[in-house]
Order: sequence, then C-alpha cells, then structure tokens
Amino acid sequence: MSAEGEVLELREIRGPSAFGGGWRRTWDLLWLISVTEFRVQYTNTTLGYLWSILKPFGFFGVIYLVISQVLRFGDRIQDFPLQLILGLVLFQYFTEATNAALKSISAKESMMRKMQFPRIVIPLSVNLSASISLLFNLLGVFLLFIVTGLDPRFSWLLVPLVAVALIALTTTLSMFLAVAYVRSEDVGQAWSLTLRALFYATPILYTLAIIPESIRPLIAANPLTPLIGQARIWVIDPNAATSAELVGTVPGVLVPIAITVVIAVSGIWLFNRDAPRAAEAL
Amino acid sequence: MQRPIAIEVRGVAKRFHVPGPRAPATIRARLRNPMGRTPGRYLEVFRGLSFDVEQGEFFGVVGRNGSGKSTLLKLLASVYGADHGSIRVAGRMAPFLELGVGFNPKLTARDNVVLNAVMMGLSPTEARRRFDEVIEFAGLQDYVDLQVKNYSSGMKVRLGFAVMTHVDADVLLIDEVLAVGDAEFQERCGDVFERMHAEGRTILLVTHSMPIVTQYCERALLLHDGAIDTIGAPDLVAERYYEVNLSAILERPDNTLPEMSSHIVAAIADPLARITDAWIVDDAGERTGILGEGTPINLRADIQVQRQFADAGFRFQIASSDGKVAFTSDHAQLTAGGAAAAGQLLEVSSTVENRLPAGRYTIACDIFQGEETPAGPTKTVRLEVAGEKRGASMLLDHEIKVRDASGEQQVIGR
Repeated sequence: MSAEGEVLELREIRGPSAFGGGWRRTWDLLWLISVTEFRVQYTNTTLGYLWSILKPFGFFGVIYLVISQVLRFGDRIQDFPLQLILGLVLFQYFTEATNAALKSISAKESMMRKMQFPRIVIPLSVNLSASISLLFNLLGVFLLFIVTGLDPRFSWLLVPLVAVALIALTTTLSMFLAVAYVRSEDVGQAWSLTLRALFYATPILYTLAIIPESIRPLIAANPLTPLIGQARIWVIDPNAATSAELVGTVPGVLVPIAITVVIAVSGIWLFNRDAPRAAEAL
Repeated sequence: MQRPIAIEVRGVAKRFHVPGPRAPATIRARLRNPMGRTPGRYLEVFRGLSFDVEQGEFFGVVGRNGSGKSTLLKLLASVYGADHGSIRVAGRMAPFLELGVGFNPKLTARDNVVLNAVMMGLSPTEARRRFDEVIEFAGLQDYVDLQVKNYSSGMKVRLGFAVMTHVDADVLLIDEVLAVGDAEFQERCGDVFERMHAEGRTILLVTHSMPIVTQYCERALLLHDGAIDTIGAPDLVAERYYEVNLSAILERPDNTLPEMSSHIVAAIADPLARITDAWIVDDAGERTGILGEGTPINLRADIQVQRQFADAGFRFQIASSDGKVAFTSDHAQLTAGGAAAAGQLLEVSSTVENRLPAGRYTIACDIFQGEETPAGPTKTVRLEVAGEKRGASMLLDHEIKVRDASGEQQVIGR
C-alpha cells in the first residue's frame, strides 16, 4: 500500500513471460499447485495417501504373480518379473507426466487467460506431481521386491540419480509438448502413437542382451534405454551388461545423451518462444 | 494538484491472428491443400492507444462489446503482450479479470483461498495468515472445510471477491465483477470499492453499467473501434456511450426499432433542445455534489433550444445506485402555450423534499416534446446523500411510544 503522497516508481509491463516473475514466486506457486494437485487425487477416499503406496504395491504385485507363477515367462532373462516391474514403473512415470503435460496449458485455459504468472509453472507442476507419484511408486515397488525375497543393497540409494535424469528428460520434453499442443492438437494424436512405439522400443519386456545385434544400436539410441538399464544394475542385478558393453560407447552412451540434450534445448527454446503467446492462441 | 501517474499507456498496438479453418472440409479441398493450412487473417484491436491513470484515481473503462476493453485489461495484466508501445505501472498490481479463477472444485475453501491469493501475488505465509479474515469477510466460517464443488455459485463469488479485497495492491484491475451477484452483494462491492479508493489505491474498472461509472468513477474512458473515443468526466463519457450504442443500432440493416426507441435515437442524433448544464446547489447557492440527510435538493438546469418545437416539457428522475427509480417529478411545461424558439435559453430550478437515505444517486434530467417523446439527450447529475441511515428506500418521519409499568412514557423517533 502506498501512503498518501508517496510516489511509486513506474515499472515497465512486458507482457506474459515463460520463465520470468521471480524465483521465489515461481517456486511458491509450483509447490502449492503440485502438492494440491497430488492431494486432490485422494480427497474423496477413505484410505487417503495410503493408496499412493498401496496402489503400486498391488498393481505390480499382480503382474509379478501372473508372470512368475502363472505364465512362467522370461526363462531367458534372469529375474524377469522384477526387471519388468522396474521398467514399468519408470515408463509409467514417463507416460503419465508427458500425457498430463501435453494438455496442461489448454486444461488451465481460464488461468492462462485471466492471470499473470510465470507460464513455466504449468508444465512443471504437472511434472512435479507426477514425480511425487514416482517416488511413492518406487517405495511401493521396493517394498514388493523385499517381500519377494530380493535383498536390499546400498546401490538402491543411487536410484535417485536415475530418477533425476529421467525427470529432467521428461520435464523438458513436457515443455515442448505443452506448447506444441497449443499450436496443433495433432501433436496429441501423434504423441499417443509415439508413446506406444516407445514402449516397445525400450527394454522393458526384454533386455538389450537378448535381441538381435543388428537392431541393438537402434534400441540403445533411445534415451530411456540407458536409464532403465542403469536402474536394473543398481536395483536388481549388479552384473547385468550395460549398453556401452553391448553396443559400444558411442551408440550406447553418447547418442542417447546427445538426443537428450537436443530434446532439452529444443523444449526450453520452444517453450520460451511460444508460452508468452499461448493465452492468445488457445 | 497533479497526482503522480499510476498507469501509463503509450502507443499500445495489438493485433490477433485469427487462424483459418484447420482441416479442409471436403476431399477436393483436401487434395488441393494437403497440409490443411488456410491463411487466416489478422484482427487489429488497437492501433496506438495512449492514456494515463493517476495514483489513487477511480478510473472507468467502458465501450460496446468488442471494443477492446477486455484486451486492454489483459494487456495491463500481462496476460497478453503488446505488439508495440509501452505500458508502465507504479506499485504492485492485482488483476481481477474474473472472480475465483482457478478455483479447484475438489479442494476446500481453505486450499483454494491460499492458492488464489498466492496467484495474486501474496506469499504463501501471508496468504495463510489472512485466511481467517478472508473467510469472515465472505461470511463462510461454517463452510471452511467444505469442497468448493459443494458451494453454491453465490458462495463461490463471495469467496472470490473476499480474496480480492484482501490482496494488498496499489493498482487493482477489475473486470465486470459487479455483473454477478445480487443487489446486496453489489452494494457491498460498492462499499469495498469506496474503501479501497479512500485508502489511496488506484482502481481501473471495466463495466457496462453507466450508473456505476457516473457514481463511482472520477474519470472514465470510452473505447470505440480500438481507439479512445472520449476520455474525461464520467457524465460526458456515459452520455457519449449511449450515443455510440444508439448509432450502432441505427446502422444495423434490419433496423426495426419500436417507435419509442426510434424517437430516443432521433432525439440524441438530432436534438430539438439540449440541457447544457445541470447541477445541485446548497443553501449558499454554491454547486455541490453532497447533501446532508434531509437537506432539500435544489436542482438547476440550463436548456438551449436548437430548433423550434411545440409542447416543450421538462422532467427529472432520481435513481439509487442499484438503478431503482426513487422519484419521478411532474411534467413541467417549458413554454406556456407557444412554441420554444430556436436559440432560446431557459433556466429551470426545482426544489425537492429529501427523504433519501444515505447513498449515491443519479438525477436524470430530460426534455420532451409532448408528454412522452424525448426531445434531446438525457443529462445526469450526481448526488451523494451523507448520513447514517442506510438500507431503506425512504426515510419517513415517525415516532415510537413505549410505556412501562411506572406509567412513564418514552418517545423514540424524529
């Protein structure tokens, strides 16, 4: 409030911005929106947050039972059920976060049109609440692993490194998708198709070691491949072969890193360019 | 004294791209244009808008639908970016383009209030600290932990408005909030605006309601076709707003106005006579806008006859802030028997008993040809009645007698 007679300085209004608005305010908004969004899922339930750990435990427990006891798949892969579950948890986060981020700007249309805040808050909050879910899912899965007889290892503590890399990739990709969807809803159709293809192009149902050598470099180029491979080494089988050992350092490590960097840079670039005008384009 | 500037708009231009239809509707069109791109067009809203709003000013923005009011507000609020020109604002600004934007129906009032207040620029700690005040203002203490989806629409509006009044800002941008809610709510909005104004905040209000403009605003701006048509005294702007609206009706090809409205249009477009000035005087004969409770209203009006016409008459109405007519005067013949001559100047004075409760009123003065046909545009005068007694439509002399066991009589009343 200005006291009587006090002269307030005129400041330039520069229109909406993708990132600007102050770190403090961005973080406050981000945290508040993500936490409330996460909480909303459980508001009308009796068990509440218990679901967030019960659900992955039960969901992946069923998969484990069916695969290990009923179908008896995966004789060619050691610890196949565990490895499948770990891959599914990580891929599910990737799917949920990108799908939610894709429509996040159009879903928050009234806020976009009526309020002033750093636009980055919208895709980031979707990713943050998906990351909170990922955390609970991982806790549920670790619980399941212990129940099924896998011994906890110190290397489990390194899993957050994989999670951080995965979250960084997913978040920048989300930024790209969120503004691209505002430009054209074709992106939504194309992305659901891409996700389906990516599911089979990521070593979840199989490992890199058991597929024909000719297509290994293709699968290894997928940025999700080394992440899931590393998680497997740290969580389930320290002796599993890495991408680098199977296809060489360049196609197994440098190519997926390069692709990740390209996605990150173009995501940030496109978001910065398009987000300020998104309110008009909606 | 010239007050410092709170909002400075300089040469602001804005245009929107309107995309063409995305997918060609027919196979033939699709073959001709496989990517489905149609050029679209540009819609120019502003071509260089400049104006200032002073600090502590109550400033109204009016205009017909599509004149760019909302776009202007969104440019000021940083929801849209301007193509050219600059906008500068002094101090903290809070935009209220709609009440309760972003309320999540599945969250409780508490969570929504905090989220909304942080959106408006408060820190989370500050937002939580003010929560009790906000909920008390909204009168929703019993419903704090109820999900907002179970709120009635009136409760939602009250909650949104309560947040707005508790966000500390030097400059408030408000869009049509008065259009929602009942008479009691509108009354409260009015009181809150008054309070904020008295505290020295700058208020920019977009509205369609001319009574609000003439009663609350110190200055107003009429937008027409993306440019400033009129800026200045609210009465002038309100008059011009009616003119612009009416001429738009006249330009419509299917102009099938009822007889009465076409008379009104004619009266404004080509008046037979004009009320050049109208005002209220106090006991000393000085112009005033405020009268004490019970002080008789002395109305004066100057009339200039433009063209000769017979049966000239004058009448005025007093309306309260919610638009209800409190009083209509008798019809006064301006020229006894004969016709009013072109160029003739007339002075009208009238004294009205004042039984109005405290509040804001508009006195609308009109000239007629005959009993009902308007002969010129309406002239409005603002009147504020100062006093304690509110919430009634009329003050009447009365007394109440109370007799207790001792037989002593107490008389209450005036």
